[in-house]
Amino acid sequence: MKESVGTTGLILNESLLWEKGKKGRCGFSLPRRDVESFPLHQELTGEGPDFPDLSEIDVVRHYTRLSQWNFGVDTGMYPLGSCTMKYSPKTNEKQASLPGFAGAHPLLPATLSQGALKMMFELEQYLAEITGMDATTLQPAAGAHGELTGILLIYAFHKKKGAQRSKIIVPDTAHGTNPASVALCGYRPVLVRSNEQGILSVEAVAEVMDEDTAGIMVTNPNTLGLFEENSQKIAEIVHAKGGLVYCDGANMNAVMGIVQMGKIGVDVMHLNLHKTFSTPHGGGGPGSGPVCVKSELEPFLPVPRVIKENGRYVLAEDYPESVGKVAAFHGSFGVMIKAYSYIRTMGPKNLKKASQLAVLNANYIKERLKGILHLAYDRPCMHECVFSDEHQKAGKVTTLDMAKRLMDYGFHPPTVYFPLVVNGAIMVEPTETESKEEIDQFIEAFKAVVNEARQDPDRLHDAPKRCKVKRLDEVAAARKPCLAG
Amino acid sequence: MLYLPHTGEDIASMLQVVGVDDLDGLFSTVPEDCRCKGDLNLPEQLSEWELNDHMEALSHSMAVSPEYRVFAGAGSYEHFIPASVSYLLGRSEFVTSYTPYQPEMSQGTLQAIYEYQTLAARLLGMEITTASHYDGATALAESLLMAIRVTRRRKVATSSLIHPVYRQVVKTYFEPTGYEVVELGYLKNGVTDLAELDDMDDLAAVAVQSPNFFGCIENLQAVGEKAHDKEALFIASFTEALAYGLLKNPGSQGADIACGEGQSLGIPRSFGGPALGMLASIKKFMRSLPGRLVGQTKDLDGKRGFVLTLATREQHIRREKATSNICTNNSLCALAAAMYMASVGGTGIRELARLNHDKAEYLKKELKKAGFTITFDSPTFNEFVVEFPDGFEATYKRLLEKKIVPGISLAPYYPELANHYLLCVTETMSRDDMDILVREIKS
Amino acid sequence: MKEISELNLPDDIRYAEDHEWARLEGDKLRVGLDDYAQDQLGDIVFVELPQVGDTFKQGEEFATVESVKAVCECYLPVGGQIIAVNTALEESPELVNKSPYGDGWFVEVNPSDLSEMDALMTNEACLEKLKGAE
Repeated sequence: MKESVGTTGLILNESLLWEKGKKGRCGFSLPRRDVESFPLHQELTGEGPDFPDLSEIDVVRHYTRLSQWNFGVDTGMYPLGSCTMKYSPKTNEKQASLPGFAGAHPLLPATLSQGALKMMFELEQYLAEITGMDATTLQPAAGAHGELTGILLIYAFHKKKGAQRSKIIVPDTAHGTNPASVALCGYRPVLVRSNEQGILSVEAVAEVMDEDTAGIMVTNPNTLGLFEENSQKIAEIVHAKGGLVYCDGANMNAVMGIVQMGKIGVDVMHLNLHKTFSTPHGGGGPGSGPVCVKSELEPFLPVPRVIKENGRYVLAEDYPESVGKVAAFHGSFGVMIKAYSYIRTMGPKNLKKASQLAVLNANYIKERLKGILHLAYDRPCMHECVFSDEHQKAGKVTTLDMAKRLMDYGFHPPTVYFPLVVNGAIMVEPTETESKEEIDQFIEAFKAVVNEARQDPDRLHDAPKRCKVKRLDEVAAARKPCLAG
Repeated sequence: MLYLPHTGEDIASMLQVVGVDDLDGLFSTVPEDCRCKGDLNLPEQLSEWELNDHMEALSHSMAVSPEYRVFAGAGSYEHFIPASVSYLLGRSEFVTSYTPYQPEMSQGTLQAIYEYQTLAARLLGMEITTASHYDGATALAESLLMAIRVTRRRKVATSSLIHPVYRQVVKTYFEPTGYEVVELGYLKNGVTDLAELDDMDDLAAVAVQSPNFFGCIENLQAVGEKAHDKEALFIASFTEALAYGLLKNPGSQGADIACGEGQSLGIPRSFGGPALGMLASIKKFMRSLPGRLVGQTKDLDGKRGFVLTLATREQHIRREKATSNICTNNSLCALAAAMYMASVGGTGIRELARLNHDKAEYLKKELKKAGFTITFDSPTFNEFVVEFPDGFEATYKRLLEKKIVPGISLAPYYPELANHYLLCVTETMSRDDMDILVREIKS
Repeated sequence: MKEISELNLPDDIRYAEDHEWARLEGDKLRVGLDDYAQDQLGDIVFVELPQVGDTFKQGEEFATVESVKAVCECYLPVGGQIIAVNTALEESPELVNKSPYGDGWFVEVNPSDLSEMDALMTNEACLEKLKGAE
């Protein structure tokens, strides 16, 4: 085995911001005062916030050191299942920071914001084409926000028909955001179990679908990394009872150019631009969660909508059936630019290739690790595969232990303990941007960890050893929460 | 392809391990009739250099400073952002990491967000702040829903001087819930009419924005007292976080929840997003808060470290019973805000806020001198409402041609305020800029 | 986690399906969470209790227990009015782990119908059920 990339560099200590300040310093160039001072009534003014005063270099060193305690896709492979941690091209960052975009006020007259509107108009069309849908809104700021928007559209659809319904079907493999989004819209999620193959059966859906059910919410490919093979028949059943089909597109990276969801019965779906379309995740956002719909739901989309009139782009508010607004302005515009740039530099052929290679990488890992790790469903997978700690349990080594030990080898662990339908799940999503060499090294590292689990389990229990900190006491954090200093 | 590292040889050897003949063979579980026929109808790929030209051209059509003088605020403010903040924010380790689910590998993000939570809490005078929300509007909607959960009441009162688009977002969130929103009107001096509260009962919350949409500073103390008399929560909303560098903060005036937009704290306007939803509360409501929280703890050696905590409130554990469906938030924007707050510091933010106030007062004075009416006489921070004479639309168009955007027209939001414009001045406007504006309006 | 043989299931109390226990003390009932449930949940970080004076029917949710990564709802094994809650759990939720039948009790109930006790299991029945589920 090649020497692992995991090692310990010089990790510097760094205190909290307010432990290093000194009154009188400033890390900000105060603008010239070219107007007289106007007193404001004392009753209105406060003390001012108790911020530390720091010089510019204090701030720069602080955050540079902090950044070195972090691991990102640019540091190494980040096979976090269901999160699609692919490489984020640097040119996309550059485009988003162009002064014309970064400095633009959201309420500029349309005549003065043609470039932004054209970009949004085109991105909407591209996403509709990729999903096989008819129209798109870019307003939702993240995946769960897209789900909320999508369910609001379903709500508006049934309301207009004059017969509101009370339930929505959600499979047991769903992300927690699905039932939570459903509940926010006043619907009750109805759980349906996946079958022994890890997918939804037509019968299971038929059994619960009725005329009080507003629709079904399916992640496809699902969180086990499997394609929902019965999706067309399930859509027929749901449609026959007057329901709508929502597709959670979190895993769209597996099927770009391969499956157009709109053509297989999906009425509404969201995409995560920060997953499939390469925009960086920023340590937890900002994301962007556009929602694509079939024409029957288009009248309900949020406003304003970007439309083209006589060759000019305008923002139109006049859609009386619209659900309204889900964000203050146009959504995560800066994120959209990055996704737009990605689509333009990839082109149709490379988008399809990306999905093919994402699926190739996942299947390759599945084949090469299934001898040593228990594979939950031994079937061809899409962009991710799910193992478990079944084989390691007897030696008192858990999924968590293996995940922590992988860090010492220089890899971010896979998603662990999700999906819930697999006990001790280890969900690996390599994405297409990892090379064969990188993946081989990950496989070798995982094999070494499994070996250690047999021979020296304590090495895993004590892991990680090479990070800034050792395992953290999450129990103490939750019992006596300290949320501000 | 630049971002796809596989060679033909790699693909062949990997396919062999998987046991299929070609890339299409990987999709055997996708039924034939589900597959796309033909290629996606998208434009052919651009080189990096072609993309540069294309985006450059698009961005050039946008009206931004320094070419344009944009006197528009209304929830999106132009403030100087130090190069050090943009530079640090670009660090790959921050930008390309995921939500810090594995704390040992994410201490950078976690400590930075803990510091954000602390500085934001100090700015707002509150005990705790969440890790971030999408924007000020969704933070308000989530705050109102939280108040409904906490009080188990079904009705909220919101000021009509909360940003109109925020109120629209609240309406959209509330539509399927059956909860009721009642709006409080406004008085002649441009502040919320609190007397309307006297006849209202069973309120979960009273929400008021300060400075409000007209730029006027509200008497938050009075709102708090009225709300608490009715055993309702007092929610202080805001669109201009910088104001609290100078004004009394919401916490000191009795706010139970403070929520709003943090874009002013080092985040570019970027056509309205991504932004920073800030949501803070008193400690008592800690377990009812929506969204992520970072907490301090110790590692096995007793060293200080940080983790995501109180996760049992969240969707990935409590599913349909969660306090919100939020997952991905706007973490990097919170990081920008922390860097910005650290850079300006306690001394700097006060002077900066004063400068915003004083510049706006200067423009107010000059406009008055030129014969225009400042509609509301309540004190303001960096925005205010001006009434222009009939026929101002033509002047507005002429100014646009001169590359000046003289504020936002209020008529679409408040039909009774035809010819009224909301003008904003921040530290980025020089005295010359303002003098030019006044001269051009007059001419 | 404990093997079934390691579980402590005293014989002076009755057990509900969802692992709440009830002990008759004079004419009132003391209620808590059993050893199996506390062990499955792991380190308990928070217990949300009802208010004194609240009334619940048998089987109604009256409390929630949280570990770091799980939430468990608790159902009142016998209906009645809450006459006392264990306020010590606010500061020290770990009492539920340390002493599930002693200092880690949840509430005291004034039962509305004591015959509801008959629906609960003895320690032996509870043990049999756990073995059967293995």
